Amino acid sequence: MQDQLHHFLQQLVFGLGVGSIYALIALGYTMVYGVLRLINFAHGDVYMVGAYISLLLARYIYAHHAGSPSGEVFAICLVASMLGCGILGVVIERLAYRPLRKAPRLASLITAIGVSLLIENFCNLPGVFGSSPQTSPNLLPGNHVAYTVQGIVIERNYLVLFVATLILLVTLWYVVTRTRLGRAMRAVSFDNDAASLMGVNTNAVITFTFFVGSALAGAAGCLFSGMVQNSIFPYFGIMPGVKAFVAAVLGGIGNIPGAAVGGFLMGLAEVLVVSYGPRFHIPPTYSDAMAFAILIVVLLVKPTGLFGKGVVEKV
Amino acid sequence: MILSRFVKTAAFALPLLAITLISAGCNGGGPAPSGIVIGEYGAMTGEEATFGTSTDKGVQMAITEANAKGGVNGEKVAVKLYDDQGIPDQAKTVVTKLIQQDGVCAVIGEVASSNSLQAAPECQKSKVPMITPASTNAKVTQQGDYIFRTCFIDPFQGGVMASFAMHNLKAKTAAVLTDSSQDYSKGLAAAFKATFTKMGGKIVADEAYGKGALDYHSQLSTIKAANPDVLFVPGYYNNVGAIGRTARSVGVKVPLLGGDGWDSDKLFEGAAGSLEGCYFSNHYSIQNTDPKVQAFVAQYKKDNAGESPDAMAALGYDATRILLAALAKAGKPADGSYTSDAYRAKLRDAIAATKDFDGVTGKITLGADRNAIKPAVVLEIKGNERKYVSTVKPEEIPT
Repeated sequence: MQDQLHHFLQQLVFGLGVGSIYALIALGYTMVYGVLRLINFAHGDVYMVGAYISLLLARYIYAHHAGSPSGEVFAICLVASMLGCGILGVVIERLAYRPLRKAPRLASLITAIGVSLLIENFCNLPGVFGSSPQTSPNLLPGNHVAYTVQGIVIERNYLVLFVATLILLVTLWYVVTRTRLGRAMRAVSFDNDAASLMGVNTNAVITFTFFVGSALAGAAGCLFSGMVQNSIFPYFGIMPGVKAFVAAVLGGIGNIPGAAVGGFLMGLAEVLVVSYGPRFHIPPTYSDAMAFAILIVVLLVKPTGLFGKGVVEKV
Repeated sequence: MILSRFVKTAAFALPLLAITLISAGCNGGGPAPSGIVIGEYGAMTGEEATFGTSTDKGVQMAITEANAKGGVNGEKVAVKLYDDQGIPDQAKTVVTKLIQQDGVCAVIGEVASSNSLQAAPECQKSKVPMITPASTNAKVTQQGDYIFRTCFIDPFQGGVMASFAMHNLKAKTAAVLTDSSQDYSKGLAAAFKATFTKMGGKIVADEAYGKGALDYHSQLSTIKAANPDVLFVPGYYNNVGAIGRTARSVGVKVPLLGGDGWDSDKLFEGAAGSLEGCYFSNHYSIQNTDPKVQAFVAQYKKDNAGESPDAMAALGYDATRILLAALAKAGKPADGSYTSDAYRAKLRDAIAATKDFDGVTGKITLGADRNAIKPAVVLEIKGNERKYVSTVKPEEIPT
């Protein structure tokens, strides 16, 4: 029994690590949907670009400044990834979505898929990132630093990942609920035209929303490449992107705390399928299929998600 | 206004530019080279890119050697290469292109079994001989009598590591972690489990990961709880590095074992020292003192800026030389066409008759099932080097 509980708690710890990545990506989906009612399918690719920015910058720092892993390197990479992705998000909005703002919603949706393909294939070119998988050097000193609390292994890198995510979440929550810009965001989300009539610069708000959402994806990319350190390649953003989208729907799309909770739930669901699935004859690799099963169940049972409000269609 | 027009133009121009760049990078178009043309397809880019690039270096080396001696049947040999990016659908597309547009007499490729399995039926349908240098999944050559390989197959390779775990490492229990998105990995895992169990061992954990896996903590903590003597990870080098690191951080301390999919210098980049003292089976060892092997290694290093040839390079070299020998044996076609059905059938028979071919990966004989019958070597990872440990012959593995 003790062993069982122990194993379960250990899986929860792993789930929170993976879930942090999903939560950060899901926020971007949900924020953009909140202000534009648009599913930004290129979001997973912004995350991918963030991972590459961090990886290339870390390599550059180690190669040219004879640096060794330290908190500073991590901070520089994180900030650079966030800035780079934020700008990328703003550019995408300006070039691809704004010209279609008044077009039927389907046009923007198809454009989003096009932007996603464009980014992936552009990054895949030999002169850009190239398609060979690469692994980031460690951003923090020490290779496999891990702490053991009551027999439960907590890796330093995953702890950093989780804490950094929490800090970003709290900051975002503060910005959205406690600042003028946040109030403008909520106003645009509530009613774009009315907000515009009240003197809110909706274009600026939308640009800001894209910046913040994409910066969070950039943070997720940096944390994945630098902390999880699995191999990255130009198409690797697709699957986490899809899962984070499911997380956003699960939490109620357009709802910011919902996206964060949805992300963590997705991470937990994934590790639980891997570790307990075989007992119910579910192969561990069904953890991918599970994301889609969750999507279907949510859409059937509670289409507004866990925290979403039902929207009355205006006629 | 001017700005917005500029932005609109840019929005249209960017995708166009990207498309132009992509098609330029595809290495397509242009007239087919004259003389004897051999088709080659492989992952020159993509997740398993070193497989394709290494193989190609081996292929090019064999072709250069042959052409320096005047070519085959008095004609120069050319290679038409396509990149399939390691994507099975792409492999099928480019092989169709090789056969229908480029007029190749035979095809060399691929490394990853999933890709060869997509391309082989196309070659069989058009009756074009195909030699895969390194696809080890048993099903590949079962696609038809025009499909050959110059490497051993997974049931043997999985058996080699099971036998090695049992006899050399004295393991009684083993855990397996499979990449369920790869036919190669599944084939090796099945063979390992079957042989290990047959020899009296016990499989205590059987875990898997898919293509979208972010990390492997959950699988490896389950494996840790099962407390095996060895862990068999028949994956490709791009994931095995992270698996090694994760295994050590969740406390799996036993050796990890793998197959030829580990054979790449990139493995060490991801593993960061965590695979020290682990073992994998391979097609050849660079430390083999046979003068033929050493001559190959020396020439390869000279051609490729000091880079050591991995097994894929050696197999690409051997596969090409077998094909060139078969071309010489089949002789000059009476009507001058190297792509007629009659000539390809003759070429097929010549490849099938390959016996005791003196390759750098050992003596190669193609059996009735068109698979190479040859020994495997087991290598140990020591400080980012691959050290030779032992050779296992086919007859040593119970079937």
